Amino acid sequence: MTDAGNTQPAPADIRPPSQLKPIVWVQRNLFNNWFNSVLTVLALGSIYFIGRAVLEWAFFTADWRPVTHNPILYLVGQYPRDQLWRVGASLLLVSFLTGMSWGKWKGIMRSFALLLGIGLAILGIIPAGGQLGSLAVRIFFLINLPAIYLGYLLGSRKFVTGGLVLAGWLLSFSLIPFLLRGTGEGTMLPTVETSMWGGLLVTLILAVGGILLSFPLGVLLALGRRSSLPVIKLFSIGFIEGIRGVPLVTILFMSSIILALFLPPELRIDRLVRALIGMTIFSAAYTAENVRGGLQAVPAGQIEAAKAVGLNNFQTTLFIVLPQALRAVIPAIVGQFISLFKDTTLVIIVAINELLNIGKSILQSDVEFLQLQFEVFIFVAAVFWVLSYLMSFASRRLETALGVGER
Amino acid sequence: MAAAQVISAIIVIGALIWIAVNVLEAAKLRGLSLGFDFINDPAGFPISESVIPYDDSYTFGTAFLVGLLNTLKVSIVGILLATILGTIVGLARLSTNWLVNKIALAYIELHRNVPLLVLLFIWYFAIFNKLPPAKGSLELPGPIYLNQRGLYLSWPRLTETGGVFAISLLVGLIVAIIVWIYLRRLRERSGRSTYFAGVSFAVMLVSAVLGLALSAWQPLWIDIPVFEGFNFTGGLRLTPEFGALLVGLVMYTAAFIAEVVRAGIQAVNLGQMEAAKAVGLKPMQTLGLVIIPQAMRVIIPPLISQTLNLTKNSSLALAIGYADLFNVGRIMINQAGRAVPVFSMVMVTYLVLSLITSLILNIYNRKIQISERSS
Repeated sequence: MTDAGNTQPAPADIRPPSQLKPIVWVQRNLFNNWFNSVLTVLALGSIYFIGRAVLEWAFFTADWRPVTHNPILYLVGQYPRDQLWRVGASLLLVSFLTGMSWGKWKGIMRSFALLLGIGLAILGIIPAGGQLGSLAVRIFFLINLPAIYLGYLLGSRKFVTGGLVLAGWLLSFSLIPFLLRGTGEGTMLPTVETSMWGGLLVTLILAVGGILLSFPLGVLLALGRRSSLPVIKLFSIGFIEGIRGVPLVTILFMSSIILALFLPPELRIDRLVRALIGMTIFSAAYTAENVRGGLQAVPAGQIEAAKAVGLNNFQTTLFIVLPQALRAVIPAIVGQFISLFKDTTLVIIVAINELLNIGKSILQSDVEFLQLQFEVFIFVAAVFWVLSYLMSFASRRLETALGVGER
Repeated sequence: MAAAQVISAIIVIGALIWIAVNVLEAAKLRGLSLGFDFINDPAGFPISESVIPYDDSYTFGTAFLVGLLNTLKVSIVGILLATILGTIVGLARLSTNWLVNKIALAYIELHRNVPLLVLLFIWYFAIFNKLPPAKGSLELPGPIYLNQRGLYLSWPRLTETGGVFAISLLVGLIVAIIVWIYLRRLRERSGRSTYFAGVSFAVMLVSAVLGLALSAWQPLWIDIPVFEGFNFTGGLRLTPEFGALLVGLVMYTAAFIAEVVRAGIQAVNLGQMEAAKAVGLKPMQTLGLVIIPQAMRVIIPPLISQTLNLTKNSSLALAIGYADLFNVGRIMINQAGRAVPVFSMVMVTYLVLSLITSLILNIYNRKIQISERSS
């Protein structure tokens, strides 16, 4: 939009405010008229009183024992302590692959890798009670830092292709459930029932599993909705709108309780898996709508051109339409992931020990904790806040990196 | 192509039939009844709050209706309050005052990145349940009393003659709206000033005074809660479950509505305001005739989908024990032992609510498109 004929100097107010003298900045932004002056004084007053009350509460009144007593419960729940190395190994695998992705794709993956590294380093060195404070657990966390760096070095090498890294991710995501669940008694990996899993581990499994499984389903539904076959189209529309029209709790309730009524007794699906099915179905309907937005954004000329060079319908969809459509909807998918991450708390309704439920049971675990709801739920809220804020921050950077919304 | 049509139809319909057959077979095998005949049986369970008369001798159908009305109650009140709060926060986000702007931003970020269920737990378990018992109630001007058992408000109620007042007020409102529309059209057609706002207001005023006179100047009495024995009687009581759900839903949804309002107002081109000034519109006219109508076009569709979200999110009531549609449905499943019929009733009700909402949205969108073409 540069206009060659425009020789006027740029207006002064587009300069960043940091170039203004502080006193001028305060005048312009806080006291530019009487109304704003009143607002500023009121705001400062309420910030002072609320801030003082919050700080006093957090540092003097609040009793943080239910949080500091045994923080590892919030991470893995009741996962057998002698088998914790399996969770550690899964984490190590994820760290290594994140490092590799950083080396391969740089950019946004760098932020992810650094955030993961910083988070694990903090977990490794903060003073903590219970098992989290033990040397072994600290080493579990800190060993991830060299793993990320090692992955980075390997990922930067020429012979490591993007496809190889993706295959690594897919392989480890299918491997981790087996590693955590085990292969049966008497073997090297004794079975750990999913009812023993808990905390952030379950929250992340539901969120990551839900988004990974729902993505292909969502793409299929979006394509089905645009299909020229009326039966497929009707089915897709009915599925998408039907799921989007009801609350997630009803779907979780259906997949966890109603579904079980109709399966033969010998086919007992694990409770965590049933919840995951519910999350997946729910998320797929929303993903389908996001992808549909991307499909509509692909210009018709692209399809005509593909036909003109002799590609058939299938090839056109797979090689021309989908790559362009999916690129356009990546930010929307990340947004969907964040809301799925927050929605994992709803599995509390079908009695799964995710982070919030762990908080609730810790309250009941000790008579002295019974009245400390505020401390526990504020802590859980803070964990969710930090993780979702970081993710939405990363997705904003991702949007800039992809140039979505720019022409 | 024709072959693909037939094959796809056979696969999809076949799969649906297969599922239906399996459901029926499993139901027969386990003695699960799929009929709706239980609707008229007595429900046999109490519901903690209801807008219509209900006790455990009423039927399952009535119990279901109680749940639906409770969902609608919290949704409608919630939508109104969330829209007001969201608009205020959205406008604060556009403030030229840096501090106000950042406070609004902090409010939005604080609520959008925390799961609603966690917020509801904080409001219910950590705040509403920690209020003092009835004896040491917090007293607010009104008088309003706040304690563990809920919120007691002084509330105006109609006297015996109050019905006349209410009817005349309603008639006055309808007449005023008709007059408003008619006079406005007349002005648009003739170009003469018809004072539509003033005339409609006068109609309302006359009908209100008339109603007051007819009801012997005593249309309302104030029902004030009084502490008697161990608890309050009288006044309007809101249960802590309703209160916590309402506050949580309103604060959470308001954060999303604030972003919608901000985006809507920012979408109006600055040139529009300058052009309005150039043709001589006064500031209020600029706002009312130029800025708001254009901003509304951007704001209304996402706002409606937020109201739908609020309605669906009210199903989290289950976790804090408010007797909403889903919660009552779950009790009904246990009481009647009819999982499938009850559950399909609940799902269909939510679906109908959301279909009505998207119908309204579509009608509104179509209306906007037409006005765009004609301009």
